[in-house]
Amino acid sequence: MNSFFKYFSDIFHGVKSLLIGMSVTGRYFFSPGQIVTQQYPENRKDLQMFERFKGEVILIHDANNQHRCNGCGICENNCPNGSIEIISARVPGEDGKPKRIIDKHIYHLGMCTFCGLCVKNCPSNALGFSQEFEHAVFDRSKLNKVLNKPGSSIIKGVE
Amino acid sequence: MKEIVNLPVSKPEEEEYHINMGPQHPSTHGVLRLLVSLQGEIVKNLKPHCGYIHRGIEKMCEKDTYPQIIHLTDRMDYLSSHINNHAVCLLVEKALEIEVPERVQYIRTIMDELTRIQSHQLWWASFGMDLGGLTCFFYGLRDREMILDIWEETTGSRFLQSYNCPGGVMQDIHPNFQKKVHVFLKTFKKKIKDYEKILSGNVIFEQRSKGVGMLTKEDAISYGITGPSGRGSAWSCDIRKTEPYSMYSKVHFNEVLRYECDSYSRYMVRMQEMYESMNIIEQLIDNIPAGDYAARMKAVIKLPAGEYYQRVESARGELGVYVVSDGNKTPYRMKFRTPSFTNLSVLDHLSRDMKIADLVAIGGSLDLVIPDIDR
Repeated sequence: MNSFFKYFSDIFHGVKSLLIGMSVTGRYFFSPGQIVTQQYPENRKDLQMFERFKGEVILIHDANNQHRCNGCGICENNCPNGSIEIISARVPGEDGKPKRIIDKHIYHLGMCTFCGLCVKNCPSNALGFSQEFEHAVFDRSKLNKVLNKPGSSIIKGVE
Repeated sequence: MKEIVNLPVSKPEEEEYHINMGPQHPSTHGVLRLLVSLQGEIVKNLKPHCGYIHRGIEKMCEKDTYPQIIHLTDRMDYLSSHINNHAVCLLVEKALEIEVPERVQYIRTIMDELTRIQSHQLWWASFGMDLGGLTCFFYGLRDREMILDIWEETTGSRFLQSYNCPGGVMQDIHPNFQKKVHVFLKTFKKKIKDYEKILSGNVIFEQRSKGVGMLTKEDAISYGITGPSGRGSAWSCDIRKTEPYSMYSKVHFNEVLRYECDSYSRYMVRMQEMYESMNIIEQLIDNIPAGDYAARMKAVIKLPAGEYYQRVESARGELGVYVVSDGNKTPYRMKFRTPSFTNLSVLDHLSRDMKIADLVAIGGSLDLVIPDIDR
């Protein structure tokens, strides 16, 4: 008699537990507004990333196409996996002494792990992160970028 | 007439055969291959084959400076990345005898507990999915999204943040941080009730996890099963209690212990730990003191020659970091004692003479993260 009673009480508790679970899923089914997090490809136009978002490393240029990088190479030394290469050149400065400027600031996006050490350690705050996050390209060579724009120069007073 | 030789022919139901579970099996949550010997559907023997995602992180650490090592530790146990970072930072600070500002300790502790919650959320999601409840997976990921947003705003990344650095944290917390954490706590306290309604009391889930994968306290200690899996066997092994670091000596929380020793008790430990983590965050979030977000460090960090060890409680057990330094800016040898690797060793013991379907439940209840096993 006891096992008979237990058999039916087990069935009853089993069905009850399933119904409790289904009451939760049913609630979300009829109020889908609580579930949807982001409709990503649709909201692409007005999608705003957070200002600190680490999209990709950029060399910050101002309106006159000038940047703050003097090619010291601290970012290159701090990078754990060699994503940054700096090719510097020497040009005669105003006082006649040779002065170091960057020829190319090469950034390998495919190798970058976004640890942020280059941006943090830059002594002249020349580097920053952009909010760009759609990095997919069809060819690997497109991931090697030259960060200084053509014709750009260093802001005067940043040495 | 040729005599018929009676060879000992085994009956088909007694024959053992081998199948490979993985490396591309959904319930192994990564590239882990389990070579399972089966008799019928009874597991007789199990051999894990690791190495599919071995990256040589310990060797890579030997060429990196201490600030650079941080970003590699993110990639071991990616679900508790903040805690891994924290372990290395604590070790460097211990070796250099640096006192970090109190603000940093508060931030780190809050971040660690947020990490623990999101790790357990994802574990809950995938454990439910392994045992046939796909709804759990979506609900778990949905609620985890709130924590990822909080991190994205403060640290800049959602998943592998590299937020800690020796001496402090990379950036100060965002002005919205405290407000968002409050919103999260308020929301998640309601949502975790749903978790219990959907899975904890569910009859199918209970029958598949209760009494499955019995791990006695003696076995847990001898195999070195730490974290929620060890505490599910009533072994008090919480590093936050036994060797407190950062703010853990000053906050009040309970070490969750369960005595049933089965998969269900390991499940309940993690559910309770989410409440405890929220409790810890609530005690800290309003009292973050003002001050610097990083101590001043030298530009090149060199540890004095010697050996150093630091342990922390990660989301799935004890994480130990061991460094031998020869006084240079890179370590001479670096070794990580990762919880998942040790917890994997008990899988054979637990699943022996169980059904192969129970193996999925046992593996899920141990909460293995494969990159943490292989490093």
